[in-house]
Amino acid sequence: MLFISAGCGRTKAVQLKGSDTMVNLGEAWTEKFMEENPSIAIAVTGGGSGTGIAALINRTTDIAMTSREMQEKEIKLANQNGVYPREIKVANDGIALVVSPQNPISKLTLKQLSDIFSGKITNWKEVGGEDKRIVALSRDRNSGTHVFFLENVVKLGNKKNKEEFAKEVLMMPSSQAIVEEVAGNSEAVGYIGLGYLNKRLKSIAVAKDSASPFILPGDESVTNGSYPIARGLYLYTDRNPGIDATNFIDFALSKEGQQIVKQMDFVPLKNL
Amino acid sequence: MEAAIFMSGLIVILFVVLIFVFLLRESIVFFTNQNLLGVLSGKDWYPISDPPRFGFLPLILGSLFVTLGAIVIAVPLSMAAAIYISEVAPHRFKNIFKTGIELLAAIPSVVLAFIGIVALSPFIKNIFNLPSGLTALTGSIMLAFMAMPTIVSIIEDAITSVPRSYKEGALALGATHWQTIRRVILPAAFPGIIAAVMLGIGRVIGETMVVLMITGNAAIIPTSILQPVRTLTATVAAEMGEVIRGSQHYYALYGIGLVLFVVTFFVNLMADIFLHRKRY
Repeated sequence: MLFISAGCGRTKAVQLKGSDTMVNLGEAWTEKFMEENPSIAIAVTGGGSGTGIAALINRTTDIAMTSREMQEKEIKLANQNGVYPREIKVANDGIALVVSPQNPISKLTLKQLSDIFSGKITNWKEVGGEDKRIVALSRDRNSGTHVFFLENVVKLGNKKNKEEFAKEVLMMPSSQAIVEEVAGNSEAVGYIGLGYLNKRLKSIAVAKDSASPFILPGDESVTNGSYPIARGLYLYTDRNPGIDATNFIDFALSKEGQQIVKQMDFVPLKNL
Repeated sequence: MEAAIFMSGLIVILFVVLIFVFLLRESIVFFTNQNLLGVLSGKDWYPISDPPRFGFLPLILGSLFVTLGAIVIAVPLSMAAAIYISEVAPHRFKNIFKTGIELLAAIPSVVLAFIGIVALSPFIKNIFNLPSGLTALTGSIMLAFMAMPTIVSIIEDAITSVPRSYKEGALALGATHWQTIRRVILPAAFPGIIAAVMLGIGRVIGETMVVLMITGNAAIIPTSILQPVRTLTATVAAEMGEVIRGSQHYYALYGIGLVLFVVTFFVNLMADIFLHRKRY
């Protein structure tokens, strides 16, 4: 049976697609926005930052949510397809390294983290813990969080660094899957966005190098830049995304939108 | 009327052919750019590195380990269940048991995956004292659950289609029920049993959700079933959303799809040949 959806004068829904880190935030914004603008419909989907960017390039979404910046080759591909991405930073986020509360380790340097996730350090005793094999958990490749972590922690911010995630690192399909595994496994370590922290996990204090102080992830440490693994959350659109999409983005940047950012456990942009 | 039915059959075959052609067309770009043997035996799956490396071997072995494990677990159990249902169960309970097994097939795969991750994985971790319970074995167990209804159904059909005269002849010659089953009925039903196993393999090798969530997705060359693995299907599911149309990675994923299609096609073809072979 064919469903013919009659136009009925209703405009198409605005598509908001991308980062799983941001999908709950996107939904919260959408709920409030649609309350205040009942004639506008917005559809929110996750799938990973890469998915959102691919959709923007393929023109199947109006707004892409990403937890990393678009890479040069992605921008080039977009231009080839007639899409000219505009970047709007909408929030800040920290990436928390988490272990189970049973794990005695509570602080690590960036170099130690890089070695753990690239397979150079394989036992907790090498970082001062018990004699147990480390189980490293990562997001899979479609995740912006994965790419950000790869570039800024594993490769220590150096693009020319040849380090990769070790093959033994488990690639989990979602941040929630990482939360589940880490909470129940005293040998596991994983990384998640701040918004996924909960009482079942213990976050690790991270230091830029062995001479710097160890900082726990949190709103303040992310905003003031002292926590070394912080990133921006972005919305990308084409040059002319339409009035509805533009209004939505204005809402996200407004005081109300930024309050929602705070409620969802992300860090609002400074100077509202 | 006959023409309409003929056309329907033809259209279905056409769909399969078109899917194959589509897969072939998209993946040929990849396979001509890379050395086929190198790709199939390559040990590194690093598709977003610079330069990217597309080694299928860990993925192929991952799918293989998980499938074989599932079959090893499912086939003996299914054989036993099928024999029980067709030869041993009291007549009025036959249908209840059959329905019970069919119900297993009705459970959505994602629910089984969830049970796997929440209940089975910590159990396996503790029993074998592993660093993590997300292993090929965990995947195999849940996949065995999924394959069992198919395998039981077909073996049961194969057993009941052995002519009664065989069974009656054996019993008349003085064989016990078990001797009849073991030495007369099962050998006669053998092609059907093989077909059932093949179809079970086909079912399991293409399963995506369960393996994506509970096998750990680590692209290593597995040396034991107690290690995490990354299957062909989970790789496509996890990475297809991100790829940019037209990149080598995109075509590589189609290459994986082609490998899956070819393998599943062959397995199903074998099953079909066996199903139509009669040993009596």
